[in-house]
Amino acid sequence: MTVSVDQGGGQPAEAAVPLVRLVGLTKTFGQLVACDHVSLDVKPGEVHALLGENGAGKSTLMRCLFGLAKPDDGWAEIAGKRVAISSPGDAIRAGLGMVTQEFSLVGPMTVTENVLLARSNWGPLDVAGGRQAVVAAAQRLGVEVDPDARVEDLSVGERQRVEILKALVGDCRLLILDEPTAVLTPQDSAALFTAVRRLVAQGMGVLLISHKLREVLDIANRISVLRHGRLTATVDLATEQVEPADLARLMVGAEALASPEFVEATGLDVIHPHQDGLFLKTEVDTGAHPVPVLAVKDLRVDGEARPLLQIDHLEVGSGEIVGVAGVSGNGQAELGAVLCAIKAPDAGTISLGGKDVTALGPAGRFEAGLGRILEDRKASIAPTLSVEHTLVLEDIEAFKRGPFLNRHRIRRHAHKAIERYAIKASPTDPVGTLSGGNMQKVLLARALSRRPRAIVASQPTRGLDVGACEFVHDQLKACAAGGAGVLLISEDLDEILLLADTIVVLYEGRIAATLARDDADMATLGLLMAGAQPEAATASAASAAPAAGAPSAAGEKEVPA
Amino acid sequence: MTQTLAVLTMMLTVATPLVFAGLGEVITERSGVLNLGIEGTMYLGAFVGFLASGALHSAWWGILVAMLAGAAAGALMGLLTVTVGVNQHVAGIGTTLLLVAACNFVSRLKSSGGASEQVPKLSKLFGSTAVIGQYPLTYLALFVVAPVIWWVLRSTGMGLKLRAVGESPEAADAAGVSVPLTRYLALTVGGAFMGLGGAFLTVAMLGSFSLDIVSGRGWVCIALVIFGRWKVWPTVGGALLFGFAEGLEKQLAITTTFASVPNELWLALPYIVVVAALIIWGRGVRYPGAYLKAYKRA
Ligand SMILES: Nc1ncnc2c1ncn2[C@@H]1O[C@H](COP(=O)(O)OP(=O)(O)OP(=O)(O)O)[C@@H](O)[C@H]1O
Ligand SMILES: [Mg+2]
Repeated sequence: MTVSVDQGGGQPAEAAVPLVRLVGLTKTFGQLVACDHVSLDVKPGEVHALLGENGAGKSTLMRCLFGLAKPDDGWAEIAGKRVAISSPGDAIRAGLGMVTQEFSLVGPMTVTENVLLARSNWGPLDVAGGRQAVVAAAQRLGVEVDPDARVEDLSVGERQRVEILKALVGDCRLLILDEPTAVLTPQDSAALFTAVRRLVAQGMGVLLISHKLREVLDIANRISVLRHGRLTATVDLATEQVEPADLARLMVGAEALASPEFVEATGLDVIHPHQDGLFLKTEVDTGAHPVPVLAVKDLRVDGEARPLLQIDHLEVGSGEIVGVAGVSGNGQAELGAVLCAIKAPDAGTISLGGKDVTALGPAGRFEAGLGRILEDRKASIAPTLSVEHTLVLEDIEAFKRGPFLNRHRIRRHAHKAIERYAIKASPTDPVGTLSGGNMQKVLLARALSRRPRAIVASQPTRGLDVGACEFVHDQLKACAAGGAGVLLISEDLDEILLLADTIVVLYEGRIAATLARDDADMATLGLLMAGAQPEAATASAASAAPAAGAPSAAGEKEVPA
Repeated sequence: MTQTLAVLTMMLTVATPLVFAGLGEVITERSGVLNLGIEGTMYLGAFVGFLASGALHSAWWGILVAMLAGAAAGALMGLLTVTVGVNQHVAGIGTTLLLVAACNFVSRLKSSGGASEQVPKLSKLFGSTAVIGQYPLTYLALFVVAPVIWWVLRSTGMGLKLRAVGESPEAADAAGVSVPLTRYLALTVGGAFMGLGGAFLTVAMLGSFSLDIVSGRGWVCIALVIFGRWKVWPTVGGALLFGFAEGLEKQLAITTTFASVPNELWLALPYIVVVAALIIWGRGVRYPGAYLKAYKRA
């Protein structure tokens, strides 16, 4: 039993020697060069951020460093010495800790058991010692965690803390965080960065992957940018001044962002649905009462103690985008699951375009005009299925000739989708090998190519790079402009404020407030999401932000009225 | 009264091989591998134990050799499912077919026709007193093997790693636990217990070998493990239930009241009980997260 908590700060003078250095690291998957002779280093007390588009090879690079993938060439040096890391066990012993992009926790086990997993030998478990180590590491991180809670009962933010604790218990000197904030609410992200600052102050090094340029600029000491597997730049923020736009340029290429070539290359244009004839033109009623394409009445999903979801009435009109905001765990997941036929509601009705579809499964609802983007991307795909088959899976009837699949049409359809959505893959690639962003584009293409009348999009841009986010947003806007109704469930308030016409706030499974876009701002939404009464929220938000120009700060500071 | 005692005596004896093999299956399935080779492995254990007991003139040596053979059969399953990545159902059924056929073949070569010879067998402790007069292996199963496996799974690093591999190999791998090593270990140790369970039938109970010796007990164990929700004590409970049904069957079949009931029906009774138990209590169970899933690192 070797549970120990390293207090850090053991290496003040030798700051010049990097904690970890990667030298010429190369990793290929068949023809694809995911990492191409990448060299970078991390010094003690530094946050080194890694940026790059979806599929640039960031995760692959980190997985090679941590022993989860075997590099084809290149090596790692730790504290100046070349080491062979052939498994995560080696990496952990060498003082590395990693929080992977998809969490690596055992759901049915407790926090302590998860932490002990990486630290114990084969003999008797020292559960009490493990519990103490968890508490000590939590203190070091500045967070609170119940060591005996079962991981699957925890929220996403809490799980992430457990991941970090797991990495910290023991002698961790370099922490790798792969898109830690992609699944976090703004509050949780802020807490995470406070913790990261603490760790760095104790002399640890942190390698951070993120798509959120602002937070990277905020926390990083140095930034490295990967493009198509190659390192294009390493910027030292202490000596150089950079703007988010500069970083975006480094990520996508030297050609200026706004140039037509960029639009060409990245596919960041909007499909014009009317011209393309891509969407069903439902009666676009520009009057005050748009036709509801999606309506929900008295919907209830029961939980153990109280209903997880209880919605008396919710409508999405044709051409309308309704944003659903809320802190995670307040019923959004259930709402998405129920609407997308993943889960049957315990009571209530769901109708699409006036037709009651409550009893229908996914196929029936697709027929009735539903397009869905599920929250759990991993669960929406069969990893070994090819891209082309994934694209037609929900719509297989339309791609049949007699009882057989029409392979030519499927292939043509795939080529079209790949071109239109700028998916970096070929039709025959297994979807499971695509990077997160490209996988999401495939799912988006699948949902939208059926010309749905009602679209339910759950966290559609989670983990996507800036370009891909913008692309998804444009697509959703285009769908609405084409007469579809969009229900956008998102934890990203910026996204909701950007897209939604109407905003619904969920709190403890109920609709706490329904606001028109023009009545909503960050501060009001933040308060509503935290459970404030609607009138109180608008009042205190107004008093907290008397100057109309600074609404975003109000949510964070408590200013007495 | 004497009849009740006889049923209980029978129950413990019949349950013993199921406890060994069932717990062996619990160990392998907890690591995420369904070992359908269990029927064949028990058969192998029964046959090899019988041969070794005769050749080495000692029942205990026979048991030891049977355990080694069972471990080897487990390693074969590991080769197929962990290293090569064959579908676990196919690998398991294939292993069973292979082992049963191989044992039959050798058995026919050795004794052409005639009744099987007698080899050294274990004798009951406590001079065959009702209920407590049992083979030493029965005591071993209930009072040593079951508690130790329970403790190892629950309270040791080994058990924790095993459960993690069976729930989420990705998470276990990222935590530095070797998924292949853990699964091989589970399969060989589990296989050894299956072999032991098989050897009990020949070396402890009968002292001889017949071709229908295992008669589906391996499949019963697969059901018991699901019934026991991959936990040690409920699985032992399931084995005792099967034993009880068989003891009851033996007693009722010889009472005059039920003389007209066909013998085949009596023989089927314990199996019917297991299926019924599975239907009643085995529904809606939560399987280990990585059940049936192969794992390969990129
Ligand atoms: N196991 C695999 N087999 C084949 N190709 C793979 C595999 N893993 C990753 N790739 C490919 O390697 C490339 C880099 O993937 P990687 O996951 O490192 O991207 P990323 O930069 O982390 O992207 P994201 O921001 O979307 O997470 C992608 O094109 C992906 O399709
Ligand atoms: Mg990634």
